[in-house]
Amino acid sequence: MGQTITVTVNGTAHTAEVEQRTLLVHFLREALNLTGTHIGCDTSTCGCCTVHLDGETVLSCSLLAVQADGHAVRTVEGLEQNGELHPIQKAFHENHGLQCGFCTPGMMMSALGVIEQHPDASDDEIREALEGNLCRGTGYQNLGAGVRSAAVEMARN
Amino acid sequence: MIPSTLEYTKATSLDEALAAVKAGARPLAGGMSLMPMMRLRLAAPGAVVDLGGVPELVGICEDGDEIAVGAMTTHRSVANDPLIREHCHVVAQAAAGVGSMTIRNRGTIGGSLAHADPHGDLPAAILAAGGAVIVRGSGGERRIDVGDLITSYLTTSLAEDELITQVRLPKGAGQSAYAKFHRRAIDWSIIGVGVSIGADGVRAAATGVGDHPTRLTGFESVLNAGGSLEDAIAKAGEGLSPLGDLDGSTEYKLHLVGVLAAQAHAEASSR
Repeated sequence: MGQTITVTVNGTAHTAEVEQRTLLVHFLREALNLTGTHIGCDTSTCGCCTVHLDGETVLSCSLLAVQADGHAVRTVEGLEQNGELHPIQKAFHENHGLQCGFCTPGMMMSALGVIEQHPDASDDEIREALEGNLCRGTGYQNLGAGVRSAAVEMARN
Repeated sequence: MIPSTLEYTKATSLDEALAAVKAGARPLAGGMSLMPMMRLRLAAPGAVVDLGGVPELVGICEDGDEIAVGAMTTHRSVANDPLIREHCHVVAQAAAGVGSMTIRNRGTIGGSLAHADPHGDLPAAILAAGGAVIVRGSGGERRIDVGDLITSYLTTSLAEDELITQVRLPKGAGQSAYAKFHRRAIDWSIIGVGVSIGADGVRAAATGVGDHPTRLTGFESVLNAGGSLEDAIAKAGEGLSPLGDLDGSTEYKLHLVGVLAAQAHAEASSR
């Protein structure tokens, strides 16, 4: 069945008709062409599709688009502002917090899920926040360093 | 993959949700188990009713000698709640370890019980604490001890038209803990054990040992008869025969039951 939904994505309201079975991740990628949110698995394991729903991290592969009707979604495309990289993007760049980049959007959204609420999060808390995000390349050390450095930078601003 | 064609409704009251369930809709709680099953087409409900808009199903409050937890309360809220952490620690600790932060943001206590995964942490922790659920259906409201709720793999004693509305946690389970073993941070527990040391003695329950969460009666009876912890650990796996699989043999899993019962007991005792 079809349903008309309005979802605010990165500050812009989008109204569209979707099939009720459409997953949020497919709505973002295919209806809105926001392909920064990746699909890495079919088992809610990899965290690549992590976005924020009303400020909390969620797996966009495990939510129907209709469940986001009337809510605010933030994706990786919403991080950069006016050509300026977000501190988490800068920090991943500077700390070599990515290799192939496939997990990176989900990794950054999960990281922001903790450091925006707790800028002084401990290393353990940061690692815990990234538990649900798999990376085959970095070995995770540089990722943790990147998140820590972004938290410091964000607290300064 | 994409779920099969379905009709989605979002209930805004418990009555609306119950009517939809009675009409055959599958209740959708946090969706952390049902949505992956729908994506893989292991489940293909023709209709789902989202319980996320039913305010009376969310929240935690003290009610006499129990804590009433709305069925749609998330693992994150349960894990962080001061009442549960103090008076029913085993459940807060189990909730804190479910999946990842992102999963705990959506997954719910009622959903975990209704889904009845044989490796779920919450059912075993709540069983160790001596908790119960309140369910409502067209036959009215009833209370079911968690030990009588889960009957087999992914199977409960709920009637087709019944919903779990509340989880009742005893306040006397403060001296309690949950210990589990798994390979990666977000994996299901291979084995998990909850132990609660209350006024009525020691209660212990495990997940991963069979088709439903199971009391460790051997472990409990030794300790409650004044026996040594060493003897209790030796008897922890009594009567259990977990299936050997890729996660380990039956013997290995029985070994884990003893190790984790000892860990949970030590932590509970120190609280």
